[in-house]
Amino acid sequence: MSDTHAQSVAFVRTKEIAAKAPPVTDSGAVKWVRDNLFSGPFNTIMTILGIIIVAYLLSGLIPWIVNGTWEGDNIQECRAILAGNGGGCFAVIADRWPQLLFGFQYPDYLRWRPTLAFLLLFLAVPPALFIMFLPRWTLIATVVYPFIAYYLIWGGTILSPLVAALALAGGYLVFHRVERRGFVQGLGAGVVAAILIVWIGGFIASAGSNVLALETVESRAMGGFMLNMILGVVCVSLSIPLGILLALGRQSSLPIVKGFCVVFIEFVRGVPLITLLFVANVVLAYFLPPNANFDLIIRVIIMITMFSSAYIAEVIRGGLAALPKGQYEAGDSLGLDYAQNMRLIILPQAMKISIPGIVNVAVGLFKDTTLVSVISMFDLVGMIRGPILSSTQWTGVYWELWAAACVLFFTVCYGISQYSQWLERQLRTDHR
Amino acid sequence: MAMADTNTPPAQMQVSDEVAITIKGMNKWYGQFHVLRDIDLTVQRGERIVICGPSGSGKSTLIRCINALEEHQQGSITVDGTPLSSDLKNIDKIRSEVGMCFQHFNLFPHLTILENCTLAPIWVRKTPKKEAEETAMYFLEKVKIPDQANKYPGQLSGGQQQRVAIARSLCMKPRIMLFDEPTSALDPEMIKEVLDTMIQLAEEGMTMLCVTHEMGFARQVANRVIFMDAGQIVEQNEPESFFLNPQNERTKLFLSQILGH
Repeated sequence: MSDTHAQSVAFVRTKEIAAKAPPVTDSGAVKWVRDNLFSGPFNTIMTILGIIIVAYLLSGLIPWIVNGTWEGDNIQECRAILAGNGGGCFAVIADRWPQLLFGFQYPDYLRWRPTLAFLLLFLAVPPALFIMFLPRWTLIATVVYPFIAYYLIWGGTILSPLVAALALAGGYLVFHRVERRGFVQGLGAGVVAAILIVWIGGFIASAGSNVLALETVESRAMGGFMLNMILGVVCVSLSIPLGILLALGRQSSLPIVKGFCVVFIEFVRGVPLITLLFVANVVLAYFLPPNANFDLIIRVIIMITMFSSAYIAEVIRGGLAALPKGQYEAGDSLGLDYAQNMRLIILPQAMKISIPGIVNVAVGLFKDTTLVSVISMFDLVGMIRGPILSSTQWTGVYWELWAAACVLFFTVCYGISQYSQWLERQLRTDHR
Repeated sequence: MAMADTNTPPAQMQVSDEVAITIKGMNKWYGQFHVLRDIDLTVQRGERIVICGPSGSGKSTLIRCINALEEHQQGSITVDGTPLSSDLKNIDKIRSEVGMCFQHFNLFPHLTILENCTLAPIWVRKTPKKEAEETAMYFLEKVKIPDQANKYPGQLSGGQQQRVAIARSLCMKPRIMLFDEPTSALDPEMIKEVLDTMIQLAEEGMTMLCVTHEMGFARQVANRVIFMDAGQIVEQNEPESFFLNPQNERTKLFLSQILGH
């Protein structure tokens, strides 16, 4: 208040208060330490206690890593080299690395094929994850990749993946044509077209089974971390679109669609994944014709995909429910039809809200792929528990092997988690 | 918000004989609750109608029925000669010709202002992107915010957002505009800028149905004021007579309450 008005109750500002910088207080590392570590007696005790625990853990871990040996052909040699210095016997990882990655049945002279497929993954995934920085045509790499990867890993004639790709393209084209009459009709017609192409193409592929054929590797030869990666990548990329469809279906006003989606989601969520895997392994065989050679990996993929799509559907349902009704109405009132409204307005927003939940399911799914070890598939965990630990050379080398498994899984899961956080920041448009 | 006194309307504001909307014997229920009762209403092209009434009287529901955001159970609604039935084609046709502005704007927060405006023309009208953007800029200039085109709705004030919402509707070149309490969620300072935009629109001869409590606006641009209560049209008249000489007791009470302070 200026002096002229000091005595009166009425007040008129005559001079504007200029904006000033906030007060400068002590800052820097010392302040941070004082504020965050030693801000009171209790916190000081907790800090010291924490330091002691960390130091104790490191005092065991560091010698284990530093003194460890990467040499030796079996546990006895390893122990002789270590001579009780507390180091780890990492020789087992060096010795069995190819087995940890590819399993023990994949022919070693063909290992370049899954390796190449893995490297190509780094070309195929970025267009899908970083489309905002890349031209749209790069998505072709993502679309074509599954067929190339199948061809490389399993081998056989190139006609089979080609037929599958054609079926997908044909199904999409038909869907695109018929979609105008309605989304459900379009989807139905697309699926029928795809099945038709697969059926006809199946004859052609079996007739020309030597066309550009790579040496075939059977599904039961797949193993190691490769198997986890195959299951993880395939199931995540299948279960997200399926989850979207289930979530939309659950909201549908058509009673049959809605009923199917509700029953499916509730049933799958109510059953343990292990049970589904046993069903895939044993029980499905009863329902299939006796000669049907229905690949075990495909059965497992179906089960894991079903399982995680139900969870993803529920996550997305949460995202859909979080959107104000006005967003649906705004789209409607502009004359957008159902599919356009969902694709352009509702799903981009609902998916953005659902990112943390979807990533949660995806990371969980990836780790759950190790459950296939209980149905006698030799994935990374299966390899360690079975062939490696029960071998005479390496029996009893637990810590090193499980640590290796942890590192492999952690790398992938941490990557997924970092990506999702980055994506959330990218998509944030509501700030100033 | 008080408005300037009524002058004689400009030439474009004249009402034509052509019928824009016909509602006959329309009834609507929410479960057992009878929200709209025997609504009969004919709107001429170029008419500007203000609908007012206490909350819960069904005024929003009425205009939401016109573009089928709400379903009515009895009676008929015809918009621009297209009957509103459960036929999705008719509904989409009507929706693309009837613009609507909401109380809470309902802009798409994940799209820029420009994308908000071009989305429907590109996907519904199949307008080429460049042309849609030109149209969008034309209407954004009209509502006086062309410089915000590349921002996101979250970065704009409420009044600016509502004006974008109006521009977004106009980009579809609608023949009728519906306004559902467009200024109720705004600060007093921003109400005027939105009302000015609406007045400008009225002066260009747009057919408008507007649910609002801005009585100054009603006086200045409406050529009919409808008062609703308990799901019924209680009274309708020209603004002058409506405000100075209300007939129904309920109308008198309502007017004394909203004008009495």
